[in-house]
Amino acid sequence: MSNDALIRFTGVSHHYGDSSREILSNADFALARGEMAFLTGPSGAGKSTMLKLIARLARPTLGEIIVDGQRLSALRPREVPAYRRQFGMIFQNFNLLADRTVFDNVAIPLIIRGHSGDDIARRVRAALDAVGLRGKERHWPQTLSGGEQQRVGIARAVVAKPRLLIADEPTGNLDPEMAQEVMQLFNRFNEVGVSVLVATHALGLISRLPHRILRLENGLLTQIKASEFDYTDDAEEQSA
Amino acid sequence: MSNARRVGNTPSGFSRWLLEHTRAISATLDQLKRRPFGTLLTAFVIGVTLALPAGLYSVLGSLDAASSGLKGSLRASLFLRDNLDDAAGQALAAKLAKRPGVAEARYISRDQALAEFKAHSGFGEALDILDSNPLPAVIVVTPDSKAPKAQASAMLDEMTKLPEVESARLDREWLERLYAILAIVERLVLLIAGALAIAVLAVVANTIRLDISARREEIVVLKVIGASNGFIRRPFLYTGLWYGLTGALLACLMVIGAQVALSEPAANLAGLYGVGAGFGALAADTVFAVFATGAALGWLAAFWTVGRHLGGIEPD
Repeated sequence: MSNDALIRFTGVSHHYGDSSREILSNADFALARGEMAFLTGPSGAGKSTMLKLIARLARPTLGEIIVDGQRLSALRPREVPAYRRQFGMIFQNFNLLADRTVFDNVAIPLIIRGHSGDDIARRVRAALDAVGLRGKERHWPQTLSGGEQQRVGIARAVVAKPRLLIADEPTGNLDPEMAQEVMQLFNRFNEVGVSVLVATHALGLISRLPHRILRLENGLLTQIKASEFDYTDDAEEQSA
Repeated sequence: MSNARRVGNTPSGFSRWLLEHTRAISATLDQLKRRPFGTLLTAFVIGVTLALPAGLYSVLGSLDAASSGLKGSLRASLFLRDNLDDAAGQALAAKLAKRPGVAEARYISRDQALAEFKAHSGFGEALDILDSNPLPAVIVVTPDSKAPKAQASAMLDEMTKLPEVESARLDREWLERLYAILAIVERLVLLIAGALAIAVLAVVANTIRLDISARREEIVVLKVIGASNGFIRRPFLYTGLWYGLTGALLACLMVIGAQVALSEPAANLAGLYGVGAGFGALAADTVFAVFATGAALGWLAAFWTVGRHLGGIEPD
């Protein structure tokens, strides 16, 4: 796995501004091509920050991050958009554009890439099909349920067929049934070769999936197997 | 990403450029159509701002055309030496008439001059007591009305120095005063146009700034998804361009409306001075200049505003 890592963190540390508290402390981590993994930890532990570091929305204080062979520290500002186009991002609050239909929201990554109209129509329908939203093309995001909105977000993330999906608390605003569906969707994309990294609090859901779990707490990143993971503390924290 | 894979049928080169711009044009026009009142209000402000210098420029053009009609008044009376006989005087007039820039060179003999003087001055009987005709022969030279003012004036100056000419009188002082006034007005129009151009820049820049502010979340999402600054900037530039062009269209309509409203009194005034028909139609080059100025100002204002504000919007 280590020789074929899609994402590799080497001695990565990060803290915000002048704050002395390290969000991430000397972290080493690798996500293999085609692997799916979960990132857990208490609120404020830095799960989102870690995803931001991968998406080059933040830069590490120390250490090196390599994604798909590309050293992120070597990226020039004008190269960042092209880098971000290589993966799909999914957010807790969906980040859909309210003044665009479902079709237009999902089409955005393809428009950015300059795809032709026919190609966009075909790919958007396929992506909506994959997330079970066929027939909702002309709907406005605000007329959909939370679960449907998140599925639109997932369709937008996968429409350009990225190698990597990054999801930040994708089930945070969903009921358990919808959350289950969304996790199954990630699982399905992973089964066809897409690498997936999900930051989540939904420990009940991830314990049922056969993937690696990373725990981030007090700046330290540890790796544990699902079977060994004691999620009582996090579950209590969630219900509090 | 060095080993980035190309996804699907993405056009390249000029096709992609054309596709992206076509999409930006279509999207921005749709967006402006969705809020017609706001769009028209902004365009109206720009229109009024462009109409004032365009109208003044048009009036200036009409005055300039009218002053060309007055160029007939720019003429010289060349009083010939007494020793020149009628044949020599007529030959000189014919020679002067052939010069480029001369519309007419009319010879008035001493006898004709005396007859005209007697007929118009009322001193006919007084002249009868003189032994001889005191009036010189005259050649009245009128420059071509199409010749530039300065060139015509210089040509007449030169004629007054001919050896056959005893003395000369140039009827041009009042015309020169008119030209001086027109030059000042022309400069004033330029100054006003400059000030109003800044006003157009401010109007468009502020509108685009508000637009950027309203679409802040969208810009953040686009940046996270991987849109380049060029992709995000493009719709705002087209929006600025449409504001400028719509403003220019309204400005032209306002000037035409004003010309129609003022055409009759202007024609009456022009008729009193015998200088043509008042306001002419809005010239094609003026229309082109208004549209080009509107488009350029709208685009520049958008470019400047987007450059200032886009960098400050980053996903956190």
